This record gives sequence, C-alpha cells and structure tokens, in this order.
Amino acid sequence: MLDATEGHTTADGRKIGPVVMEMKNITLRFGGVVAIENISFDIREGEIRAIIGPNGAGKSSMLNVVSGFYTPQEGEVWFRGQPRPPMKPYQVARQGIARTFQNIALFEGMTVLDNVMTGRLTHMKAGLFSQALWKGRAEAEETANREIAERVIDFLEIQAIRKTPVSRLPYGLKKRVELARALAAEPKLLLLDEPMAGMNVEEKEDMSRFILDVNDEFGTTIALIEHDMGVVMDLSDRVVVMDYGKKIGDGTPDEVRNNQEVIDAYLGVQH
Amino acid sequence: MLHDIFIAPFADMIAAPDFLMQVLWEGLVSGILYALIALGFVLIYRSSRIFNFAQGIMVVFAALTLVGLHAMGVPAWISVVLTLAVMFGLAVAIERVVLRPLVGQPDIILFMATIGITLFLIGFGEIIFGGENKVMITEELGIPTGSWTLEPFGGLLILEQKDVTAVAVAAMLVVGLLVFLNRTQMGRAIRALGDDSQAALSVGISLRTIWVLVWFIAGIIALVTGIAWGARAGVSFALEVIAYKALPVLMLGGLESIAGAIIGGLMIGVLEKLFEIYWGQPLLGGNTETWFAFVLALIVLLFRPQGLFGERIIERV
Repeated sequence: MLDATEGHTTADGRKIGPVVMEMKNITLRFGGVVAIENISFDIREGEIRAIIGPNGAGKSSMLNVVSGFYTPQEGEVWFRGQPRPPMKPYQVARQGIARTFQNIALFEGMTVLDNVMTGRLTHMKAGLFSQALWKGRAEAEETANREIAERVIDFLEIQAIRKTPVSRLPYGLKKRVELARALAAEPKLLLLDEPMAGMNVEEKEDMSRFILDVNDEFGTTIALIEHDMGVVMDLSDRVVVMDYGKKIGDGTPDEVRNNQEVIDAYLGVQH
Repeated sequence: MLHDIFIAPFADMIAAPDFLMQVLWEGLVSGILYALIALGFVLIYRSSRIFNFAQGIMVVFAALTLVGLHAMGVPAWISVVLTLAVMFGLAVAIERVVLRPLVGQPDIILFMATIGITLFLIGFGEIIFGGENKVMITEELGIPTGSWTLEPFGGLLILEQKDVTAVAVAAMLVVGLLVFLNRTQMGRAIRALGDDSQAALSVGISLRTIWVLVWFIAGIIALVTGIAWGARAGVSFALEVIAYKALPVLMLGGLESIAGAIIGGLMIGVLEKLFEIYWGQPLLGGNTETWFAFVLALIVLLFRPQGLFGERIIERV
C-alpha cells in the first residue's frame, strides 16, 4: 500500500504525487433515498481517477459533492491536506476545482472565446472599480487571461470556431468547448462528468486523446465519470466502482476488471 | 382623406425642413431616455431573467433622493454621490430581502416581486420626500440651461443645451456599458449568469455579487435618466409613466439586446414625435404620443415575435 504523502512514477513515466483530495465516509441522502452510502476514496496529484458504475449508482452525485453542488449529510471532504468546510460551488471553483457537466452547461449566447474566458474568472484580481474604468491592472489582466485562453483553444484545436456563438456548434464540439473553459481555470483538480457521453467512436477517440494530453502536458489531476468501461480502463490510473450508492471496488483497471463484485454489478449475477 | 394621410404630411416635411429637423431632434431626445430605461431592463433581464417592473420607479426614486438631499442643504455634487450610495444600498437590500429568498422560483413570481418593489418605493418615496412636484437641480449640477439656435436651410432650429448634455451623457453611458459588458471579466460574468446559472457557479461566479452589481448599475442608469428627464419635466411620480414607454421599446428591441434597446428607444422616440406632429395633430386631434408606441410594438410583434433584434427562438425537435 502506498503512503499518502509520497508519490511514485507510473510505467509510462508520469509522476503521481501525494493525495490531493480525500473523501472520508461520505453519505448523501435525498429525503429517504440514499444516493451515496459511506464512501471513501482518494485522488492523487497527477493521476487520472475514474468513477464508474451502472446508471443510478451515484457517480454524478459524488462529483456534485466534490464540486460543492451537493452537501453531504455525513463525512468529510479533505482537499490539499485540510478538511473543507461546506462550500458553495463558486467557492469550490475558486479553490482550483474546475468541472464539466453531463448535459453540457455552456453560455449559449456567448462566443467560444468568451466562454473560455469565463474560465479565467477565478483568477480575477483587479477590483470592480478598475474593471469598470478599464484601467491599468484590469487591462493588463485581460491581456494575460486572453493569452491563456488562446493557448487552451490552440491546445484543444478549436481555433477555427473561436468567434462562433456556442449555440451554433454541434454536440461534440460543445463538449470540447466545455473542457476548454474548465482548463482555462488552470485547475488543480479537473472534474469531468461523462466527457464522452453521446459521442460517436471518432469523437470519443479525440476526447480520450485530449484528456490524456491534458494530464500529460500540464500534469493536471483529473477525476472523471464514465459509463463506457472500455474507455475508462484505457484512460485511468485508478478506478472507483460504485453500485447503488455503495463502493464495490477500488484499484487499478486490472484489479477492478477481475473483481467479482464488479463483474456481477455490470453483467448481473448468475443464478 | 387619402391625400391627407399619404401626401400632405410629406409635403409639409419638404416644405419646412428646419421644422422637420426640430421634430426629429425632440424625438431623438425622448428616444434616448426611453433607451436608457430600456437598457436598465435589459441589463437585469440578461443577468437574471427577471423582468424588472421597478426600473421606472427607480428613476423617480433616484431623482427624488437627489433633489431631496439638495433641499436639505447638501451641495449638489455631494448629493449625487450620496444618491449613488443610496442606490447601492437599495441594490444590496433588494438582493438580500427580495431576490435571495426567491432564488429558483418561477419567473412570474420574481416579476410579481418587482411589482412589490415598485409599490414599496412609491410609498416610501412619498413618506420621505412628499408627493408634490419638485424642480430638478439642473443649474446646481452645472448643466447648461441656455439654448443654441441654428439656421439650417435658412430656417430655425433650437437645441436646448440641457438636451444636448443629456444626449451626450447618455451616449457615454451606453458606450461605457457596452465596453464593460463585452471586454471585462466582470461583464462576461454578468452575461454568463443570464445564460446558465449552474455553469456560472462552476466557474466561480457568485450569484449575489453579480445581482447586487447589476441592480446597482440599473440604479446608476436610473439616476442619469432621472436627472435628464427631471430637467425637462420636473420631478414627480408621473415620471414613472415614461417607464411604461420602455415596454414597447423592449418589444421592438427584444429583451436580450442592448443594441436593440438603444435603437428601439430612438425609433420610438422619433416615430411617435413624427406621427404626433404630422398625422396626429391634423387628423386625430393630437395626444397620440400616449398610445402610438404601444400600437407600433403590437404591429411589430405580429410579424416578429422576438422583436427586431431579439435572439431568435429556434426549437430543435
């Protein structure tokens, strides 16, 4: 078992650091329905961590707990070695946790570039006054933010649609713009809620490549939810498996693949 | 009869081009004020999908506060600063007391709440400042009150200096607002919040901060409108009626579009004045300005339900 404070290097030479986020005994209820039951797991710096499970397993709820959209009734969320008090989503975002949504949530009326620029809002330092007067610091900041946004746009190969209003884009590209917006925040932890849902094979391959590239080039820690077992096993370093709100497996893709409980959950139990 | 409708008015216009220019100018001045009020509506609608019925009374309230403070012996410019402070306080109070408890309620509830704010401000304003007409402190604010006389086409065109000032200030405010909304991060946050509040939260936008901000900006717009209109017609609760003119402006311009609000405002201002002078007074006994804008909006709506510049509504099936 690895020590929580130490890191190691993967077979392909990526550095996996110490634990950056830890969920401790999280329980989340909606009225009488238990969405998440006493689940603990951790996310290490620099790794790609997947949460998988059948429909209704509580994966999205878990992501919503991490990003502050839901507050669990029990358990603690530890981020960067400290317990995190209950927070609003915008406060979580300001801590350096960016996310995408299962059903794309973009600013439809705005251009791709403007959407990506909103990703920089967490880095806004100039006060309202200088913003309003468009002077000094605000102007310099805008230029700096713009540079980072453009870099992300180049990286995700969406230069051609920079000035296009998002509402005119096809589904696959919208997903990519949403990823760009999250990346522009230079997050310490990137949460992806079904980044490949509803995509065709080609789009899935593109998205997988981008996720790997992001992790590789910027060392971004990524936690993602996926349905598609094949994709997850190829992408991730470690996998948490959920079923009916409970954790039924946790480990490397190989360990999880051979876990009897996981096989039962996905294929049904033989009688 | 047909001659009176289709030929005579145009003949009049050509015969006296200086008078036509005077009419257009008067229309432009009221138009820019309609546009300002509509802008206040658009801003709040864009950031929170609330149709702010209280925009009109905010104009009255701002003007009353300014005049009231001055009447208490506060110097004019300090009164302006204090009035801005009051408008900021109002924005904070509205967010805290009205909007926050109603987050997530249907639009119609929030709309009703703004009617509540309207009624409250009417009552509150009357208790504090009284209901009688007041004179705007135009000279004290350094707004020139003279007039320029031009002689185009050998005729006569009189431009009131306070109207010219109003147009200039309004234009600056509009340009400033456009730059703020389109080129700064805070402006992007405002637009983002109106588009998708969940996504806005996820990129670190605080609902409360933005709401206070847009209501404060609406308050600033209200004060500028109040000063400009008050300088022409005095300060009274009747001012609120001009806010209703913003409704047809919004129908023409669409609730979403800043450019639409401006162009819609100018169009209504100019067209209602033209109609009144050349058709209304000779043919209909005058006083058409009270209804012309609404009829025009109705006709536009029949052909373009989203307004002239509104975002097109496309349903994907």
